[in-house]
Amino acid sequence: MSGPAYVDALDLAAGAVLVCAVVTLWRRDLRAIVSALSIQGIALGVVAAVLAAHEHDVGLGVIAGVVLVAKGIVIPALLRQLVRRDPGSRETAASINVSASLVVAAALIVVAFLVSGKLTALLPNTATHLTPIGLATVLLGFFLLVTRRKAVSQIVGLLLIDNGVALVAFLLTAGVPLLVELGASLDVLLVVVVLRVLASTMHRALGPFDLDQLRELHD
Amino acid sequence: MTATVTTSGLGASIVTSIVQLVMIVLGGPLVLGVMAKVRARAEGRIGAPIHQPLRDLRKLLTKESVHAEHSSAVLPIAPFVLVATAAVAIVVSPLVTTTPVLEHSADLFVVVFLLLMGSIVLALAGLDAGTAFGGMGSSRAMTIGALAEPALLVAILALSVQAGTSNLPKIVAATLAHPSWAAGPERLLAFVAFLIVILAETGRIPIDNPSTHLELTMIHEAMVLEYAGPELALVTLGEAMRLGFLLSLAASLFFPWGIATSTNPAHIVIAVVALSAKVVVIAVAIALLEVRTAKLRLFRVPELLTGGFVLAVLSVVTGLVTR
Repeated sequence: MSGPAYVDALDLAAGAVLVCAVVTLWRRDLRAIVSALSIQGIALGVVAAVLAAHEHDVGLGVIAGVVLVAKGIVIPALLRQLVRRDPGSRETAASINVSASLVVAAALIVVAFLVSGKLTALLPNTATHLTPIGLATVLLGFFLLVTRRKAVSQIVGLLLIDNGVALVAFLLTAGVPLLVELGASLDVLLVVVVLRVLASTMHRALGPFDLDQLRELHD
Repeated sequence: MTATVTTSGLGASIVTSIVQLVMIVLGGPLVLGVMAKVRARAEGRIGAPIHQPLRDLRKLLTKESVHAEHSSAVLPIAPFVLVATAAVAIVVSPLVTTTPVLEHSADLFVVVFLLLMGSIVLALAGLDAGTAFGGMGSSRAMTIGALAEPALLVAILALSVQAGTSNLPKIVAATLAHPSWAAGPERLLAFVAFLIVILAETGRIPIDNPSTHLELTMIHEAMVLEYAGPELALVTLGEAMRLGFLLSLAASLFFPWGIATSTNPAHIVIAVVALSAKVVVIAVAIALLEVRTAKLRLFRVPELLTGGFVLAVLSVVTGLVTR
């Protein structure tokens, strides 16, 4: 793939990654948040696939498939099971309200854009120009992790950080070696499985997934 | 360019700008009628005819004007300022033609601030009579305006970053020259932000319900409760013009095809038809959206509007990144 179609497809997919990151901060409904994460995983897979088609790199194409399945389908499916236990669950106890966190999100995106200027200046091309989007996704992930209290939201925050790191890796280096990427993807999958089991156990023991209630010791 | 050409060009620009103004003055109320009709049909009612808002305006014009006892000069002046600012914004903006009169003044900041001026004057009029409802409506309208106006500014700014100019006619001309821009991510984001702003600025569901007089929820209606007769007609017309203007501006900025690039009468006729079609499509879409959604709680409205603002910011950033 080359020319304007390549540029448009890459812009659109990378844009979708960022929009999904913002949607996770915007919505309160946990199901909607998990759906946004799912779309983000698919968009990330598409970014890798477009880069693979552009570079004619079969290894990267395989990675794109793995990313798409793992981050777009499997991990969200695991999280959806977790949400289903607690139907109608919403992020009600965020420590910063939604309006304020959206304004902070806008500021974080601008910061990401400003600080990654030097990085993109090293090798200016279509792919590296989109690096700020990856960095912004990482920052939004950290923000979600810090301000939200539901276990599912925090897992989503962690996954946003991972997606952001993966996006930067794809854009700057056209992907890390196949083995490393497979390792990283499986690692994330394992983390999600562990967190899911942990959250289920917490749910059985404590009821809701409000992590603030874990601050004090009970008999 | 010789002096004669400039003069004839100016005359033609004036004529097309007047065409724009007449079109929005008549079209704004008709768009309201179309939206009411679509809603009625979607809800299984027959609904009033499409030209009902125009009939209402004619009826109001024949009635007597009444002012509250302790109101000041702000109350009678505000409707004129509202209509005048909307009219100036309509005349200088590229709706039917890319060469409206005073095209060099049609900066995005000018147009947004003209709209803002109308909102502020109306809010002052709401406060003027000193009634509880008026003050409440003004306070709510200003809260929403404070969130919606920056979003509008930033959404158009995203387009201006892409086109490299803040002049609206030039942005439209640049979009015509680069059709591939229309599908870019920054355009999509800016369009969604723009739609949210239109809903907020014109008081549509899910932000405000134009057909309610329930004190807990009304925003715009609370502000204009003190108006009667011809002044109410002007306020209603001003609001209809703003709706028509914002929809037309969205159509011209995001889907400019069909707009007249010259002052050829045939082109202008085509442009009028094309613009009407585009505005009706957007209006019908908004009306269907209104039927499907419930009004947001007042305290959730800022979330929606900040979301729109962030989308607009994202649009600008994406525009800068992908340049």
